[in-house]
Amino acid sequence: MKVLVPVKRVVDYNVKVRVKSDQSGVDTANVKMSMNPFDEIAVEEAMRLKEKGVAQEVFVVSCGTAQCQETLRTAMAIGADRAALVQTDVELQPLAVAKLLQALVQKEKPELVILGKQAIDDDANQTGQMLASLLDWPQATFASKVEVADGVATVTREVDGGLETLALKLPAIITTDLRLNEPRYVTLPNIMKAKKKPLDVLSPEDLGVDVTPRLKTLKVVEPPVRSAGVVVPDVATLVDKLKNEAKVI
Amino acid sequence: MTILVIAEHDNAQLKGATLNTVAAASKLGGDIHVLVAGGAARAVADQAAQVQGVSKVLLADAPALADGLAENVAAQVLAIAGGYTHVLFAATASGKNSAPRVAARLDVAQISDIIAVDSDDTFQRPIYAGNAIATVQSSDPVKVITVRTTGFDPVAAQGGSAPVEDIAAVADSGLSSFVGREVAKSDRPELAGATAVVSGGRGLGSAENFKLLDPLADKLGAALGASRAAVDAGYAPNDWQVGQTGKIVAPQLYVAVGISGAIQHLAGMKDSKVIVAINKDAEAPIFGVADYGLVADLFQAVPELTAAL
Repeated sequence: MKVLVPVKRVVDYNVKVRVKSDQSGVDTANVKMSMNPFDEIAVEEAMRLKEKGVAQEVFVVSCGTAQCQETLRTAMAIGADRAALVQTDVELQPLAVAKLLQALVQKEKPELVILGKQAIDDDANQTGQMLASLLDWPQATFASKVEVADGVATVTREVDGGLETLALKLPAIITTDLRLNEPRYVTLPNIMKAKKKPLDVLSPEDLGVDVTPRLKTLKVVEPPVRSAGVVVPDVATLVDKLKNEAKVI
Repeated sequence: MTILVIAEHDNAQLKGATLNTVAAASKLGGDIHVLVAGGAARAVADQAAQVQGVSKVLLADAPALADGLAENVAAQVLAIAGGYTHVLFAATASGKNSAPRVAARLDVAQISDIIAVDSDDTFQRPIYAGNAIATVQSSDPVKVITVRTTGFDPVAAQGGSAPVEDIAAVADSGLSSFVGREVAKSDRPELAGATAVVSGGRGLGSAENFKLLDPLADKLGAALGASRAAVDAGYAPNDWQVGQTGKIVAPQLYVAVGISGAIQHLAGMKDSKVIVAINKDAEAPIFGVADYGLVADLFQAVPELTAAL
């Protein structure tokens, strides 16, 4: 079985982003970029399926600028076998990415696509579900446990109030939640090996997909700042303030 | 202009998130229809009919819709989406699961997690864990939207009297099946809609110590929450996580105990009305957003606070 894992290059988890002064967006120049953390979990899960003998090949894909090659190399350092970059400088929105992935799935015929549940930049949480819909495949989002056997993926999902388990007929889409696994550390020998693995570059036109953005961003602003309050000396003062000043108890 | 709101429910009760979603729909102007897709869910449709501002309830009732499978729910929405200019889901686990399937099939962008309606095609939504707010405009003929419930005050659950219309339920897709559910039984209010939340962080030190928060939550009638660090460490269950990728809450009172306040956690609670932080580290970032900070050992302060209430 072949597993496809899309990965996104995003502003690193630890970076405090700044809004540009012209309100056109968030400043990403000279900011540390990394693989979206949920996508790293997706690559790790695909590797575990390969190590268990369930999957034979892990194929990673990124859509975006030429710099996404770095992200793909990281995914191959984790262990992915080969990669493809759909290269474009156009701002890609989830629907466009889902269409690009749909075209790649039709070409590559994986039986499982594992994606991160959301990217930590646009926080959209859409691409996996959109891809499933376009392919008319079943989906299990927010996965915390995955088992694949006999043409069925049994997936435990994190939902409001607890967990639920679904059985999906393959081919299927899974999106990862935080506690699915803990991604391995990338070692130097594996980084060196990843440099020699195949990485194809293609364009949206090669795949016949129109990636024109549908949503127009009119402006991006800082959220209202919450000013720090007061430090109270003891519990008695705290209770007094909550009762008489804030009136919440 | 007619707006379709997808009801959030468990086949017995209409969930509060639906009231916030109807509130967002009311800001658009136009008729509001509510779709209840469920199994043996007539009681939910009757509750939806009483919600303020709703002009019609559509009930699709079939076993294949009982477990909220995204394939079937999305197909049910698509079966009727033709007549609507806007389709709104709550940005809950189930809304996020189904909405993009609908948008992709309609070949329209989805606008996720809106916190404000500027006009019928322009919306505000947080990005980068709420560290920036984007105003986006959609030129698509149908707007598929998920609504961040904390962005809109709920409409009244009572007072309306909309007719309930039965509609044909779609057939089971056969692509996926429901195996089981482990839902924690609790007498506490639901985390996402609670008026008070007591959250614990890594400072609690163990699952055993986390129980220290129970009596405090009991006194406040609060839901329990946790930081990602506390959940990852196994002190608290997954669905208690408050933050960018967990639950977004905005209660009247949020009490953060032993939580340092990573930006991803703040993203999930900084719209709370009153924030109390108890932490022994005076430099913890949580104090930067807290209305009332108490620099103290939580193991002394929490029992003392509980006793004083």
